[in-house]
Amino acid sequence: MLEFRKDLFAAERDDNLNVVGKGAQRQDMPGHVTGRSPFFDDHAFEGLLHLKVVRSPHHHARIRHIDTSAAERAPGVKRVLRGADVPVNKNTLLSLINFGKDDEPTLAVSKVSYKGEPVVAIIAETEHQALAARALVRVDYEVIPHVFDVEEALKPGAPVVNETYPNNYFDYHDRYDHSKLRFGDVERAFAGADFIVDDRYQMSPIEHAPTETNGSIAAPEQNDRFVVHSCAQGLFFSLGTAAKILNLESNRLHFVGGTVGGGFGGKVDSLTEPLSILGAMMTGQPVRYVLDREEEMLYGSPRGAERIYIKDGIMRDGRIVARRIRSYFDAGAYTRLSSYAAIKCTAHLPGPYTIPNVSADIYVAYTNRCPSTAMRGFGITAVDFALEVHMDKGAEACGMDPMEFRILNAYRDGDMKAHRRVAKNTALIECVQVVADKTGWPLSDQARRQSSLTGGGGARADIPATVLDDNGRIGRPETRTGPVTETLPAGTMRIPMTKQPIMEGSAEARPTPPAVPQYEPYRPTPPANQPAYQPQPYQPTPTAPPPTQAAPPSPPSAPPPASAPPTQHGAVRFSSVFGTRRR
Amino acid sequence: MAKVPVQFRLNGSDRAAFVAPADNLLTLLRRGLNEFGPKYGCGQGTCGTCTVLIDGELQLSCLTLAATCEGRHVETVSGMANGPTLHPIQQAFMEHFAAQCGFCTPGMLTAARALLEANPTPSREEVIDGISGNICRCTGYEAIIEAILAAARSGQVRRA
Amino acid sequence: MPIEIRTASTASEAAGLLAGDRQARLLSGGTLLMRDLNEGRLTDGVLVRLTDPAYRQIGVSGSRVELGAGVTMAMILKRRELACLHGAARAIGGPAVRNMATVGGNLFAETPYGDFTVALLALDAQVMVLQGYGAPRAVGLEEFLAGRGRASSGLVTAVQVTLPQNPLDLRFRKVSRVRPKGIAVLSIAALLPTSGGRVTGARVAYGAMAPTPIRAKAVERALDGKALDAATIAAVRAVATEGTRPATDAVASDWYRREVLPVHLARLLSGQE
Repeated sequence: MLEFRKDLFAAERDDNLNVVGKGAQRQDMPGHVTGRSPFFDDHAFEGLLHLKVVRSPHHHARIRHIDTSAAERAPGVKRVLRGADVPVNKNTLLSLINFGKDDEPTLAVSKVSYKGEPVVAIIAETEHQALAARALVRVDYEVIPHVFDVEEALKPGAPVVNETYPNNYFDYHDRYDHSKLRFGDVERAFAGADFIVDDRYQMSPIEHAPTETNGSIAAPEQNDRFVVHSCAQGLFFSLGTAAKILNLESNRLHFVGGTVGGGFGGKVDSLTEPLSILGAMMTGQPVRYVLDREEEMLYGSPRGAERIYIKDGIMRDGRIVARRIRSYFDAGAYTRLSSYAAIKCTAHLPGPYTIPNVSADIYVAYTNRCPSTAMRGFGITAVDFALEVHMDKGAEACGMDPMEFRILNAYRDGDMKAHRRVAKNTALIECVQVVADKTGWPLSDQARRQSSLTGGGGARADIPATVLDDNGRIGRPETRTGPVTETLPAGTMRIPMTKQPIMEGSAEARPTPPAVPQYEPYRPTPPANQPAYQPQPYQPTPTAPPPTQAAPPSPPSAPPPASAPPTQHGAVRFSSVFGTRRR
Repeated sequence: MAKVPVQFRLNGSDRAAFVAPADNLLTLLRRGLNEFGPKYGCGQGTCGTCTVLIDGELQLSCLTLAATCEGRHVETVSGMANGPTLHPIQQAFMEHFAAQCGFCTPGMLTAARALLEANPTPSREEVIDGISGNICRCTGYEAIIEAILAAARSGQVRRA
Repeated sequence: MPIEIRTASTASEAAGLLAGDRQARLLSGGTLLMRDLNEGRLTDGVLVRLTDPAYRQIGVSGSRVELGAGVTMAMILKRRELACLHGAARAIGGPAVRNMATVGGNLFAETPYGDFTVALLALDAQVMVLQGYGAPRAVGLEEFLAGRGRASSGLVTAVQVTLPQNPLDLRFRKVSRVRPKGIAVLSIAALLPTSGGRVTGARVAYGAMAPTPIRAKAVERALDGKALDAATIAAVRAVATEGTRPATDAVASDWYRREVLPVHLARLLSGQE
């Protein structure tokens, strides 16, 4: 049963809770237990047609010729759709927030970039007729070399997976081939560290496997609109996507949904809606397009694979003084949401720890695998797995208990995070303490006394002098490594752009980026009454006397600040999603 | 395509329909008769969302040819409640939060019904085996097992 | 030509329909055929239904058992005399699938399915095959499985087995990643008759270790005449993977199957859970 530890953070919370912690009947439960909850497929339509797609049997191939003539003549077939029938046959999901370039066709025209990519859609009176006609479509493919490995994909000469991104990586800010985080000087800190812990981690793609497969039913409605029963997790996201692809005013689409038979992230891609609506437009009849189980498992986008390299510099007393991360997201053949996952990942680093020198390069690589998408904490989950395994290895390296090691390095309220936001509402220390309690894990008294509420801020809120480089600069001949180009003085909130960024998507007649929230520049708060936290050296034997308070280790030193004071010109604007900052 | 007539009972009422020879019972129920209780989850007998009773025996409607149901009695989740009064298993599912997205629930309830009608006092292991053909991706099964055991304890489910 | 359903009231009528039309397929429990139909792999041809009650009969006389090919796993589980087959019957699907899946269908289930057939193979079952009109002919299961891929194998009407004197002489184990029900990583059936504390006439069969269920003849040789002690089990482990050709599929890699087979075989032989 749930247990609420009200002793923790009692001062931060109003405890007059009416719902949390109490049982309440869900309003959708009567529908569920009587089988009457209306899922997208639980709607009757007279004259309902069924749509099935022809999928690529190859990982990577040029399409030489498509012959649908036999399928068009097959019994019950009403219409055969090809790429040319799709009004805007190139889209990227996050174009709705002006992020990324359109790169994915609804129906492939000149080439297929993953096994299972839709090429032709058949609309027939029954599912069996659509399936039978599907077998009659002849596609002449010229198979070309494919690439499955993220690092192989980024090597010069790798097969070009996605022609919109000919270097097989997603471009950030029209500037870098990856999402970049720089805080302090990791190389210098590595040089001064007692231990270096370096390792590689991987996660496979994961299929959401909802019991309800992806699907939708679209039907012509009165007033020249189309009603769409959809399993979409983000109904209006799907509406906007369909409106763009079909070149329709969004008020001509009436989406009905909200009852989702399991999504877990796998129902945000609008896999079926555009084609079922297009089918309804072309035939004037209701059209149903539902993935079968095999399609769902093999071609409904998964959580993307990731490969992560972590290098830590650790002092003998257990303090992590530097962490460098290089990570590769496997987007599959098209972007979908991977570009966003990488930004989430970057902002999450170095995990819930206060580390004074952090550097991260997060790549989104295109491979000839099924495009990947959202799934429960995507961008965070795999890197957290890697970070926590790495924390155990770090504890081992310096001979420290892994729980104590986490408490020692945990972030606290008021600490500066590597992406230059102040940590608030931190609770890692308390979580570790409770886990230790519940599992009977011995913790030292010193570790038990620690709190997320105290000891943070102060010197730990400082932004160190930060070294910059041009690694991964688009258009440079050798872009993977490079010398330090500049050291930003301590306290610099914002890495200045050397030129006005070109908004992605501006070529597609969307010159004005959407309004983004405006934030005040960060000003360090004066230290609170309590003294700044100084990590204590770890005492391996619990029976040993507590360490003297006389000489706490000083926080690991950052490079000396340059003499110029930090400069800020006016307010800083930035979007948390596309990471483009403008004056 | 030549259609085949089929006449059978659905939740106690006589039904007649014409089906394509290749149609499975699930398609007949959902698309022919607007009976949306059983769901399509896999079409391969793996997920259990299409579970029904045929002549009192637990069967998968996606693996049953519609034309072979002539003269048989098909029961779905829609026939479980007695008018506005929920079946004791439905009531127990409500009370124990044994549904999250609700998609597996019709099949899960039908499997639970078949189990308790054959064995009104199952052990926990027997309950687990009884729903082992039904996949739930949301709940982790624990609440479902608890609900079925609670329905059994209520003593309100009669042997069929 | 789309799908057409033909109903036969006798086995010979069904066999005649199958013999006269190479595209025709027998519809038994539906757990294999309906999947092909639902997923569009089977879009036309004749489906033959057999309504003969004998097709779904279990005949027991002493230790001789004849299972009609249409007998379901659930029907086997209801018969006490067939206790030694219960482990294998329970390994097939959930309750609904066990109400549908038949003995005859299981003989045709492609790897990694077909766990019941593994037990039948350990019991040296005979498959009764009817080709055209006339009387069914008995074919050893091993021979039957070897020719399974080929067309026009006729109609399987029944399977005959001799049950062991002691039901515990047949041991069965299905290894899957999901419990209680999951697709097989592999399955093992071992008939281990003992006399005077020594195994005599062992028959061991594997499922999912080759394109069809296979006998583990090296294991049988290593067991014969030996007591089931640690030394014998160690010798068995050493030859466990001989002759296996496991596939890599969504459930397990061929490497993994070969690695875990000796472990599970040793557990089965030593009576560990």
